[in-house]
Amino acid sequence: MPFLTPRAVRIGKFFSRAAFAVLCATAAGADLPPPATGAIDFARDVQPILARNCYDCHGAHKHESQLRWDNKQIALQGGEHGPDVIPGKSSESRVIQLVAGQVPDLVMPPKGDRLTAQQIGILRAWIDQGAAWPESASVKAVDPRHHWAFTAPVRPPVPSVKTKKWTRNPIDYFVLARLEAQKLQPSPEADRPTLLRRLSLDLTGLPPTLEEINAFVSDRSPDAYAKEVERLLASPHYGECWARHWLDVARYADSNGYEKDLSRSIWPYRDWVIDAYNRNLPFDQFTVDQLAGDLVPNPTLEEKVATGFLRNSMLNEEGGIDPEQFRNEGIIERMDVLGKAFLGLTLNCCQCHNHKYDPISQKEYYQLFAFLNNDDEPELEVPDTSAQAKRASIEQKIAGLEDQLMSQYDDLPQKMEAWEKDMKAMEGTWIVLDPDTYYASVGTKFAKLDDNSLLATASSPPVSGYTVTAKTSLKGITGFRLEALADPNLPAYGPGRSANGNFVLSEFSVEAAPDVPNAATNPVPLQNATADFSQPGFPVAAAIDGIITNKTGWGVEDLPGRRNRSRQAVFEAKDAVGFEGGTVLKFMLNQSYGGEHTLGRFRISATTAPRPLRADPLTRHAREILALPRAQRTLAQQRELFDSYRLTDARMEEANKKIDEEQSQWPGVPKTLVLAARDQPRPTHIFIRGDWQKAGALVKPGVPSILPPLPKDAPLNRLTLARWMVDKRNPTVARVAVNRIWQEYFGRGLAATVEDFGTQGDPPTNPALLDWLACEFMDSGWDVKHIQRLIAESAAYRQSSVVTPPILERDPYNQLLARGPRVRVDAEIIRDIALSAGGLLDGKVGGPPVYPPIPDGVLSLGYGAPMPWETKSRDRYRRAMYTFVKRSVPYPSLQVFDAPTGETPCPRRIPSDTPLQALTTLNDPVFVEAAQAMALRVWEHGGKDDRARLDYAFELCTGRKPQPKEVATLSSLLHEEDDFFENRTARAVQVASPDAKNPPQDVKLEKVAAWTMVTRVLLNLDETITKE
Amino acid sequence: MNLLNQAEHFLNERRNFVTRRYFFRQCGVGLGALALASLLKGNDASAATPVDPLAPHAPQFPARAKRIIYLFQAGGPSQLDLFNHCPGLAKYDGQPVPKEIVKDQRYAFIKPDAALFASRFKFARHGQCGAELSEALPHLAGVVDDIAIINSMNTPAFNHAPAQIFMNTGSTVFGRPSMGAWVSYGLGSESRNLPSFVVLSSAGGTSGGSGNWGAGFLPTVYQGVPFRRSGDPILYLTNPPGVTPAMQRRSLDALQQLNQERLGVVGDPEIATRINAFEMAFRMQSSAPELMDIKTESKETLDMYGAVPGESSFANNCLLARRLVERGVRFVQLFHEAWDHHSNVTGGVKNECARTDKPCAALIKDLKQRGLLEDTLVIWGGEFGRTPMVETNKEAGRSEGRDHHPQAFSMWLAGGGIKPGLTLGKTDELGFNIVEDPVPVHDLHATILRLLGFDHTKLIYHFQGRDFRLTDVEGDVVPGLLA
Repeated sequence: MPFLTPRAVRIGKFFSRAAFAVLCATAAGADLPPPATGAIDFARDVQPILARNCYDCHGAHKHESQLRWDNKQIALQGGEHGPDVIPGKSSESRVIQLVAGQVPDLVMPPKGDRLTAQQIGILRAWIDQGAAWPESASVKAVDPRHHWAFTAPVRPPVPSVKTKKWTRNPIDYFVLARLEAQKLQPSPEADRPTLLRRLSLDLTGLPPTLEEINAFVSDRSPDAYAKEVERLLASPHYGECWARHWLDVARYADSNGYEKDLSRSIWPYRDWVIDAYNRNLPFDQFTVDQLAGDLVPNPTLEEKVATGFLRNSMLNEEGGIDPEQFRNEGIIERMDVLGKAFLGLTLNCCQCHNHKYDPISQKEYYQLFAFLNNDDEPELEVPDTSAQAKRASIEQKIAGLEDQLMSQYDDLPQKMEAWEKDMKAMEGTWIVLDPDTYYASVGTKFAKLDDNSLLATASSPPVSGYTVTAKTSLKGITGFRLEALADPNLPAYGPGRSANGNFVLSEFSVEAAPDVPNAATNPVPLQNATADFSQPGFPVAAAIDGIITNKTGWGVEDLPGRRNRSRQAVFEAKDAVGFEGGTVLKFMLNQSYGGEHTLGRFRISATTAPRPLRADPLTRHAREILALPRAQRTLAQQRELFDSYRLTDARMEEANKKIDEEQSQWPGVPKTLVLAARDQPRPTHIFIRGDWQKAGALVKPGVPSILPPLPKDAPLNRLTLARWMVDKRNPTVARVAVNRIWQEYFGRGLAATVEDFGTQGDPPTNPALLDWLACEFMDSGWDVKHIQRLIAESAAYRQSSVVTPPILERDPYNQLLARGPRVRVDAEIIRDIALSAGGLLDGKVGGPPVYPPIPDGVLSLGYGAPMPWETKSRDRYRRAMYTFVKRSVPYPSLQVFDAPTGETPCPRRIPSDTPLQALTTLNDPVFVEAAQAMALRVWEHGGKDDRARLDYAFELCTGRKPQPKEVATLSSLLHEEDDFFENRTARAVQVASPDAKNPPQDVKLEKVAAWTMVTRVLLNLDETITKE
Repeated sequence: MNLLNQAEHFLNERRNFVTRRYFFRQCGVGLGALALASLLKGNDASAATPVDPLAPHAPQFPARAKRIIYLFQAGGPSQLDLFNHCPGLAKYDGQPVPKEIVKDQRYAFIKPDAALFASRFKFARHGQCGAELSEALPHLAGVVDDIAIINSMNTPAFNHAPAQIFMNTGSTVFGRPSMGAWVSYGLGSESRNLPSFVVLSSAGGTSGGSGNWGAGFLPTVYQGVPFRRSGDPILYLTNPPGVTPAMQRRSLDALQQLNQERLGVVGDPEIATRINAFEMAFRMQSSAPELMDIKTESKETLDMYGAVPGESSFANNCLLARRLVERGVRFVQLFHEAWDHHSNVTGGVKNECARTDKPCAALIKDLKQRGLLEDTLVIWGGEFGRTPMVETNKEAGRSEGRDHHPQAFSMWLAGGGIKPGLTLGKTDELGFNIVEDPVPVHDLHATILRLLGFDHTKLIYHFQGRDFRLTDVEGDVVPGLLA
């Protein structure tokens, strides 16, 4: 048998079925089974066949190819492939051809049993007899364009209610109207301790302190509660708490994902989100900054940092990938987050085909895709104010030194003029070579850019060798130029791939051969290497010293603040090169230094200029200045030229040293991943069946027709898209935003499917309330804290969460809101609560991720060497949200309580309740340490006797005093443990102290041990980890 | 709202088994609410039985397999040196592969015109069935009549992480439930004191990471629990220093009393679920160490597997897998990430066979002698295969290796309703493409679910606007594999 690709086999498998069908048809004596004889009744004869065989894909649920066979009008009109029924002409009707297997590659139904000849005969007879279809046998089809979520919300009137005195704000009217219609009563208000704990957990993710509870309980002023809301909204922890919800959707993580899962620095984006909530950045700006902060007029550093939102997608650095595949997968993922975070649409359904349920086409998907397809992906330096000041002061000092130099020598104008003349004369003529083949020894793949440079992508191995061949018709080549080019897509802008953008070229060698088949190649000996800059200890001459070790080579790391610039080296050929009829040049770039010191972007040129050749010491920019008449140069331009000049003037050596000393003080700062729009947008094609290798029609950026149009004449870029998102006519964005806020309070959105407002999503339980909130949100200027206040202050939110069996039976999911929310808190908060109760929590806001202790063996579950996980002293006490988020191996105690992994947007967490959670809160050293610290705290500060201490301990965990039965249970446990630890000092030390060698001093450890057993129980209470 | 999410997912789950529309029409809100209603009969809320998402339930059809042991050979074992005997490869050894075969297939590392590379292993026929195996698998040869070899697997993914995720979740996109999670969701667990889905690993960490055994959008309760190689098999299994089991029990008694008390006051059935979870955790604290203690096995058994108490090895894991399924664990998955032989494939295959061949064969024999093979499905395979072409790269220090090959590779299955002694599928004489009975990954998944008693198109979970399933929108049962 000849060689077949699997695809061919697959088609073969498919054809065999089709062929079988045709065979059956032929067996019936003609191409098609004959029409049935006798009068056909649609409802009796035809509809059952359609229902059984067609409705699954073309029925009420799915409308494949925009066709339905349960609706007369749509069926007879046809779907996106045109009419399927031609009344009177069954053999020409597409439906008959499809069910009979006469259409190549397609047969209906595509799976399961085929229609029998008899059934086809019935369909034929029905069509031949005129395709009569009584209206009574047609399902009413609702046009999905009229779906509730696709019409912009209109502020509904606040309904009237009977029990007005229960209401506190408009939310309550909507809730109560619903309850009254169902003949239900709201629950009474929760007691004050419960209320404050609920509010504190919802607004800050932290339990209230005992002082805060006491203050609130004893505050009899009418606005006591409102004051608490304001206090908590003003807390810096408010921003943390709400940022964390957003970071779930934004799929924030501190590593790149996939096999390598290397660390990334994007925490400044996380801190930006925290800060945005704290300063109550209006949600429309919050949206625009994250989608297009780099494109707003005169963007600030913060606005650029915000674009990290889209950069949160994963990055595959596995060896041997096709980088373009994973670049596209990254954009596909960004489309998903656009849909889930803002639009409430399952856009990703349209990657391969038109949406099966919602009116969004595949073409429209790729039109949105086109907005996101045009970016470079740089790292941005994020200096804080002190680093900014330090840098400014260095720049100032250097400018001062330069000013001094410039005024010090009377002959400077003449000297510089001469220098400029030299420089102009030095500019050589270089022919950029067009790389023909290019590959790296391992892993790395190259993208060839328009300027014939090569950009290294994908895997970044520690060492590498690049081989590039290029054909040229030049003869008499006297030398080669290697340009190492800075690029936004490289670490720190390159030009190398090490963390700070450096490389070491261990050896550069060239071979040449005539451009004829099987020609012998000859090495081209090189000499006289020069560079515009060589790192001390890494001179360019070392690149042609014939020594291929990790020791010698050309490096370009300059003083901090002067790095990451394009550099060049020039190598002379000892003997001129170039064959009649063309030459194939082969360049080998050995880079054996290690630590990813490899070239990131480079290109190679050749020249036929007479030797000696020298690398141009001037940058391209400086050359442009040089070309200007002197009188036209600005001060800054003059200074830039002087920068190069002063290095050549021997009299300035001392001053140059001083300048370098200043420069070496340049402070390093954190970096973060951002977007930067490319000058030239990439073309975007529809991917046929979602396959990036099968480019279909070219599309222009655009938005789905179901949503409002883009403003006329607006540039088709991300900024326009971002502003369009928060256009008040956009029907879903405000609804999605307020619905998600609602979800965090009540454990469930007004529309439960917070990420899907399409026709398959759950409809809102109280549509008028959702619309009212959405309108209120927009009219308030997208004021997030305003919505928080409204919800937090509503009577609906303040209800007790106690549930009675009849209510539970009637409304198990609390959709009617006849009671308050009772929800287990999120993973991070469980830990924060334990640390708070133990008095251990470090409340520092923001900063780089932290590395609290992680059990042995967890990090090695992922591929490759475990990442360094160095626990600093305070790391274990920071809020859990700062724990380094490693996608391939999530932090165990967070994952077990359903924290997302950052691999995909998580608009709502699905809470679970498992034995592994129980083991975590019982035995995880972090929780044990919290119990120990809490025991010490209770013993020392809890009161004068055990009874008082019990109250104190119980309140630390639940915010309330224990009931008598609870006191009895706990007292009995405490007595048992007291008895047990008496005379068991060694055991007591073990139990009571996190470090048995350094137990707490001056305290009765037997007592603390007994209390540790009690506090451990308290920290494990259902109530402790639940918002009641 | 009440923390009814587990109940809600239970409802979702039951609703999904039969068609969703049916339940909406017939049962109003669905079974979850019915269960809730019944548990709240009377006012004694403390007597409430929580809804347990891991309660065992029957599949849609009578099942041939009740549990699965999946021996995942991560990295991509060389089918050409183990199962797929390609004499043509020997004929063309060292010659460039014809262009009309390679077409536009992309490769991870090698260039498409690399030379063909014949296996250095001898192949022979074994057993009654006469299946061909390479000499690298002498032990498997002894049980070859009990297994079914597929030489015609194919997958669309050719990089490790996406391919592992695809093999385990049916999608190259992260975030979908793994097979073990689907099975736990579909069948629940027979064990009341061990997790439903246990993951054991030997050799390196996996490229797909925890996504390989994740629950995706299913509730976390269904995700695989990785057992650790040393120390506690399950994280946080051991009590804190100084706390004995008796003390732990005292603590739990007080805790449960307090939780019961609260249940009586606030009436939230979720508290009952948590009470149960703590009890199961306590049982796990004694059952898991007992499970891990293989010293209690006979010397014959230990020798048969090549297992050594106290070691961490693939052999020990195979023995543990048997002990786990004996104790009612539904899905055991072993990860052995060691087969990525870009260089010296012959030596590499020899090494890994030395570590895995004997224990694999022992597992089959052991399950069989205990009557467990009948309804335990054993699966062996990696995420893709390796090229018929050689991978050589002086600069990278690679020679005589093989690159990733997704178009045709081999797996084997045993027990649980699989036709024993079968060799399914053929490739061309170079082992490059499949020419007979291709088995795409979705078809394998459909078949596995069929053996467990599911129509793969009906084991679904509604999430974010659509019904999801392990087989995505594809998959056909491979009838030839069924006994």
